[in-house]
Amino acid sequence: MPYRVHCMVCAGTGCVSNRSLEVRDALEKEIRKRGLQDEVQVVTTGCNGFCAVGPLMVVQPDGIFYQQLSTKDIPLLVEEHFIKGRAVKKLMYTPPEAPAPIPKMSDIPFFMHQRLIALRNRGLIDPEKIEDYIARDGYQALVKALSQMTPEQIIEEITRAGLRGRGGAGFPTGVKWRKVRQAPGEPKYIICNGDEGDPGAFMDRSIFESDPHSVIEGMLIGARAIGARYGVVYIRNEYPLALERIQIAIQQAREYGLLGENILDSGLDFDISVTRGAGAFVCGEETALIASVEGRLGDPRARPPYPAEYGLWGKPTCINNVETWANVAPIIMHGWQWYSEIGTERSKGTKVFSLVGKVRNTGLVEVPMGITLRQLIYDIGGGIPGDKKFKAVQTGGPSGGCIPAGMMDQPIEYVAPDGKREARDYLDLPIDYESLTDVGSMMGSGGLVVMDEDTCMVDVSRYFLAFTQDESCGACTPCREGTKLMLDILNRIVDGHGTMDDLRALEEIAWVVKQTSLCGLGKTAPNPVLTTLKYFRDEYLAHIEAHKCPAHVCRELNTYRIDPVICVERGHGCGVCRRECPEKAILGEKNQPHRIDPTLCKKCGVCVDVCHFNAVIVE
Amino acid sequence: MPKLKIEDLARMREEARRATLLREGAGRVKIIVHLGTCGIAAGGRNIMAAVLREIEQRNLHDVLVSTTGCAGLCSREPMMTVEVLGEAPVKYVDLTEGKVREIIAEHIVGGKIADRYALAVGSERAL
Repeated sequence: MPYRVHCMVCAGTGCVSNRSLEVRDALEKEIRKRGLQDEVQVVTTGCNGFCAVGPLMVVQPDGIFYQQLSTKDIPLLVEEHFIKGRAVKKLMYTPPEAPAPIPKMSDIPFFMHQRLIALRNRGLIDPEKIEDYIARDGYQALVKALSQMTPEQIIEEITRAGLRGRGGAGFPTGVKWRKVRQAPGEPKYIICNGDEGDPGAFMDRSIFESDPHSVIEGMLIGARAIGARYGVVYIRNEYPLALERIQIAIQQAREYGLLGENILDSGLDFDISVTRGAGAFVCGEETALIASVEGRLGDPRARPPYPAEYGLWGKPTCINNVETWANVAPIIMHGWQWYSEIGTERSKGTKVFSLVGKVRNTGLVEVPMGITLRQLIYDIGGGIPGDKKFKAVQTGGPSGGCIPAGMMDQPIEYVAPDGKREARDYLDLPIDYESLTDVGSMMGSGGLVVMDEDTCMVDVSRYFLAFTQDESCGACTPCREGTKLMLDILNRIVDGHGTMDDLRALEEIAWVVKQTSLCGLGKTAPNPVLTTLKYFRDEYLAHIEAHKCPAHVCRELNTYRIDPVICVERGHGCGVCRRECPEKAILGEKNQPHRIDPTLCKKCGVCVDVCHFNAVIVE
Repeated sequence: MPKLKIEDLARMREEARRATLLREGAGRVKIIVHLGTCGIAAGGRNIMAAVLREIEQRNLHDVLVSTTGCAGLCSREPMMTVEVLGEAPVKYVDLTEGKVREIIAEHIVGGKIADRYALAVGSERAL
């Protein structure tokens, strides 16, 4: 008997951390207990994308979206929904301003505005079953590429589609493929770059976890196009689930003869091996990655020669990002015209973003290129939680920059595809490779961190610089020494010891590092500093001149005091802060106003966190 | 595992298609079995099982089965609603397993409403 209901339980990393596997087990147990095991199937899927409300589950065919599930919700859910046919309202998602829960996934704003190409199978298949992928037209694009297209035609299709590298730099994929095809030297190699290192970014991980075969199919088509014999998937060791799923997928593809010799009787020989990265950020840079695959230290080298001519083992090598590979099969399947109609003039198709930070609906979204920041942050992201003010959005991770909300009402000049110039708000800026570069940031691999008024921009730039300084491989002097000097200066500024000379030096060093570093890591490391200096200079000045952190983040610059009226009238001098203060710096009796002794206070901020009455004032 | 040929891939795709069609919520026909307390008491679960069996035996790939609560006409349970894409929903009442087989043959496969078992065409107005 066929199943009438499929429960698609999310088992992406976010939901698994929230115990979705326990929810799944409880669901299976309850279904058996009620004798529904032949009617209701439980499917474990990859990341659904709406990580903010996990553990979550979609019940098909009705598309009912259940969220924040726990094991104790399961008996009610099974009884009501599967036996009595009544979907359970209290387990559905209700947006903050909405009067009632939204039952269907397709009606939830977070999903409504998305367009899925790279993530086309997310939540619809079990990533560990090749049959599920095949059912959703999996490997049909490969059949088309092998039986109906010449390698030249495949490259032409990808070129005309306008697909550009999704790792961040945006190099035209078709152009790269042609270069590798034409380069002398055998054998040729293909590499899938899954060394996703930006803090807060999880696009590639999610693709591996939810649809690993889409990457394999893309690589197979690429192998046919450029004439490659071997492929390498380079994946971070910090992604155990993604690693497991791509390994399972490769094994299944081998068993079915989709990897190996004479694939589908076409004469194509191609196989893929997996290399695990050891967690060095610089290995996301292609020459460092290749060194790492070869078993050497992950040090970048000067280019040219580019990997297209001199790559893995000195042979022509095509290296593309995970998301780029996942886009290949749909383009071959539906044609370049279909793909090039999506997106903007110069950036085609869709982009996956991990939407994180001070935004209601954190998660993974795939949207057409050219969507505006406003749509992304407000329509999909649901805006800023609490009554906080939106301050900036950071794109491109440690290599990118901050785009300020302060520019919201200050229109910038935007050149439309037809060449017409018009004034636009930053927030209404259509996101594509060029527009983000124009405002001093970059597309990057797709990390998008939203910041509100409680974020200190100096602290943010210090955070990212601490990251790149730590990850700098040390091969070239500007990056090795420059990032260290910049970090020292930023540390001085957040501690309140910065001077105006420091600020001038910071800016100067930033430009030197940007212009003279060997590889992309150093060339882009100063971007967070430079963009915050450009858009939030007043915050730097406040730290240096007034010794104040406007967002009250840099604790050394804060002073703490207790409002005596609030303390007594609302809190009745409860004394929680006095007991919790590790420095015994708070004095006061029950029912009396408490006060902080500034000579003892170490500015740790515990009193702010523990006070239920908001009586501790930070200045 | 034998090595796949292009034809095998196409066959596997067809076989696995029904499952994912259901996950996409896309189908030509949707059969909704009413399983309120009254529906269950009148034998609605057997009706549902009959529907699922019949779909499997006839190898129908474009039919989704769903459930809902009481339709308000408890005296005529077991009931089911058949929604063919682009047509008004039809409510069938006083069902037996035999009637289910006839309805599927005539309405869903044949495209003609089995009016001797139908209560009405259409639904109440909501809101």
